[in-house]
Amino acid sequence: MATSDVAVQEVGSQVGRRRVINDFSLQVATVNGSGSQSANTVLLRTIFQMGVPVSGKNLFPSNIAGLPTWYTIRANKEGYIARKKEIDFLVAMNPETAREDTLSLAAGAAVLYDEPLNLKSLRNDVTFYSVPFDKLVVPVCPEPKLRKLVKNMVYTGVVAHLLGLDMGEMETAIRRQFGRKQKAADLNVNAAKAGYDYAVSSLEKSDPFWIEAMDQNKGKIIIDGNSAAALGSMFAGVTVVAWYPITPSSSLAEALIDYMRKYRMGPNGKPTFAIVQAEDELAAIGMVLGAGWAGARAMTSTAGPGISLMTEFTGLGYYVEVPAVIWDIQRVGPSTGLPTRTSQGDILSTAFLSHGDTRHLLLFPASPEECFSMAGDAFELAEQFQTPVFVMSDLDLGMNNWMSQPFEYPSKPIHRGRVLSKQDLDRLGGFARYKDVDGDGIGYRTLPGTDHPAGAWFARGSGHNENAQYSERPDDYTHNMDRLLHKFETARKFVPPPEVTGSGAQVGILAYGTSHWAVKESRDQLRKEYKIETDYLRVKAFPFTQEVHKFIAGHARVYVVDQNRDGQMRDLLKLDVDPSQAVKLRSVLHYNGLPIDARSITDNIVSQEGK
Amino acid sequence: MASTPASQPGAKTNRIGLTTIEYKGGRTTLCAGCGHNAISERIIDAMFEMGVKPERVAKLSGIGCSSKSPAYFMSRSHSFNAVHGRMPSIATGALLANHNLLAIGVSGDGDTASIGIGQFMHLMRRNLPMIYIIEDNGVYGLTKGQFSATADLGSKLKTGVINDLPPIDTCALAIQLGATLVGRSFSGDKKQLLSMLKAAIAHNGTVMLDVISPCVTFNDHEGSTKSYKFTKDHDEPLHDITFVPSFEEIDVEYQPGELIDVTMHDGSRLKLHKLEEDFDPTDKVRALTRLAEAHEKGEVLTGVFYINTKAPNFVELLNMPDEPLATLPESLTRPPKSALDECMEALR
Repeated sequence: MATSDVAVQEVGSQVGRRRVINDFSLQVATVNGSGSQSANTVLLRTIFQMGVPVSGKNLFPSNIAGLPTWYTIRANKEGYIARKKEIDFLVAMNPETAREDTLSLAAGAAVLYDEPLNLKSLRNDVTFYSVPFDKLVVPVCPEPKLRKLVKNMVYTGVVAHLLGLDMGEMETAIRRQFGRKQKAADLNVNAAKAGYDYAVSSLEKSDPFWIEAMDQNKGKIIIDGNSAAALGSMFAGVTVVAWYPITPSSSLAEALIDYMRKYRMGPNGKPTFAIVQAEDELAAIGMVLGAGWAGARAMTSTAGPGISLMTEFTGLGYYVEVPAVIWDIQRVGPSTGLPTRTSQGDILSTAFLSHGDTRHLLLFPASPEECFSMAGDAFELAEQFQTPVFVMSDLDLGMNNWMSQPFEYPSKPIHRGRVLSKQDLDRLGGFARYKDVDGDGIGYRTLPGTDHPAGAWFARGSGHNENAQYSERPDDYTHNMDRLLHKFETARKFVPPPEVTGSGAQVGILAYGTSHWAVKESRDQLRKEYKIETDYLRVKAFPFTQEVHKFIAGHARVYVVDQNRDGQMRDLLKLDVDPSQAVKLRSVLHYNGLPIDARSITDNIVSQEGK
Repeated sequence: MASTPASQPGAKTNRIGLTTIEYKGGRTTLCAGCGHNAISERIIDAMFEMGVKPERVAKLSGIGCSSKSPAYFMSRSHSFNAVHGRMPSIATGALLANHNLLAIGVSGDGDTASIGIGQFMHLMRRNLPMIYIIEDNGVYGLTKGQFSATADLGSKLKTGVINDLPPIDTCALAIQLGATLVGRSFSGDKKQLLSMLKAAIAHNGTVMLDVISPCVTFNDHEGSTKSYKFTKDHDEPLHDITFVPSFEEIDVEYQPGELIDVTMHDGSRLKLHKLEEDFDPTDKVRALTRLAEAHEKGEVLTGVFYINTKAPNFVELLNMPDEPLATLPESLTRPPKSALDECMEALR
């Protein structure tokens, strides 16, 4: 029966001659909570181990179990790892979505489906493979309760045969996935083999998609941005972490807990850190500010709703001038929004988060490597500038698996900023907390507990003078606010500079964060398909450095890519550049909750260029 | 810099050689006769008599009249005047960074029982080693006299408005949630308040003191249940309190059975001379029952309601090292390159 189900369609047989190697997207549609994550990770890792550039993106619902979920794996020999719009190979395991998923494919795609779904009658321009998963799983999994989970590993084996994956690599990936759980590993290896054997004996390959081993991934690692941020924070010497669970940031704190318990136990067996699950985000940021005030390297991680709750406290941090690091793993808002979908929607609100005149330092990581390095940058900047620093990651970066170069060990020693010790005070006799001694707007502080009678200062959110004394005097207020602005201006010279590529084109593209990967691919599309040459600047921080202004000044038009509705980065730039330059900024927007793809950018720019 | 008062020659010194003037703060800007000023004075007395080094103290507060008061005592101590109702989280963070600090938080009934009730409750739950004082007058002073959530049922504002909601008993909440030294006092009772503050300094865990502190401007009239007169008339002390610090030998003679003698964490002794025979402040359930009875009877019950010297505090639960996290050297806070290599290898 199975063999006869392999409908070698007309289109299928035509494209069957053509081989599409290492350039396609595979999507697995399953039910949330069915254990498909392990199977999908195994598929991803198998392709990775075969040396083919690959990315995996999990599109999941805000639900514990039962709702549909999709996992998309893109393999690409050119190294394009952004989401690809079209799905080439569908693994349909979810009755609820199978029909719609199949109907939305482009002609020439392939569908591997669970036999009872009986999809092949839906259309005749895609290749169908029907597999009786329930029958295949019985002999390899005697325990009926586990069959629902193990069934997923069977499709990895089927896919392995159809795409030409190396079964040895797949077994390695499975054993790695289950770690020391030998029995579970054996069970899953057998399940994959059962799928593979079935495919060998019963399915006839008639789609064009193949994976062939390459040599592109030597030395690379696979990691999600949140784990990278956790590692970066640990190696940056974080000592106090306060957090409140919220998708998609919880895995950052949880990864940090795991790493710290392993690598940050002191010589006496006591932790060199404190991690507290707070009662809410208000308390989390309060603890971070209290700890920062008392001298710890303190951080929290959250998402949009948490950022909103932290508004008042981060204004206090800015005004009292206390270091803090806040990770915003952005998700779709406003309000609860789409909590499991990605966005860059918090840029504007976070840049000015507070009431009153406030500007915060923001960092924009684009990769796990930058999550790692910017975790260190964030602490250095927070302590150097005595202010909260926000790291603006997003769900796509934070929760998905990315290929990455291994991280580099920090090359510079930790710098704690301008903190006066007892010995300094003995020498100086005293100090004025908010006095601009060095002309860069940054004052000197002491930590509570400094054993000197002139060491104390009064941290207060109310108006204060240079000596941190309560003041409502107009000149004290403006003097202090002007110094804070001066400090912010100083930061322009110290934040990570942008990455600029290309030279001499009329058209500039400016992007940040995860848009980078789609922009990279889009620039090639623009060049190859439309002969549009572009220069590219990737912003890594706010305030904007001189290079950003230069880039805009040096181009006739600058397309600003934002993963939000309102063009928030464009607006932030408009506030910073000369009005004569602001008119050059054009928005390329993407805000449907899915990671941005190259084709959307290309089409948008082509249309705005009038081509 | 906050002005540092210089000591006067010949003035009485404490066990670390400081005079009271070295515990003073700035000039108060609160109303003359405000209960909060008396509490600031008692804090100065207690810190002086206990010989606490001002540099070791961290003063914390939220927003309101009460929360301004840390500026009026101990200028040589660091202080953090935070946002409304959120002092507990600042205190928690500060103590995680440096648990050698002696943290004293001053809040009000609005700052604690309304906007700050969530953080207050979680602070109590964690038994964070700090002193938390509520300067409780039943009204919002800075915004000109609205009721707070500790105002008693039937209490009357100057404008004639009657409070028709029941009060939150912060002491009952604190006991139930896990604070380990809980009591109520009155800003006008110097002796009792001073003894309780000294015990608070000696205690190793969350101390929650609700101090009735009349607002002379907005809530000291006939019909108020937080006025000086009402509090004096209805004050029901549970016991006479004597606090004997670890560094003093003095002892007080009492008949057996009349006295509850609690040895505190630092060896100090808290001696409670029973005025109510069946009251035992180590009995949590009895303490809660007695507070409920006081509400029924309209008493302003004062004294130490609950003490537990054994429960681990939050710093102990976290198994924190002796040296403050804030000043750990890089050699302890940045793992070696081999650790990163190992992490990378595991991800290949």
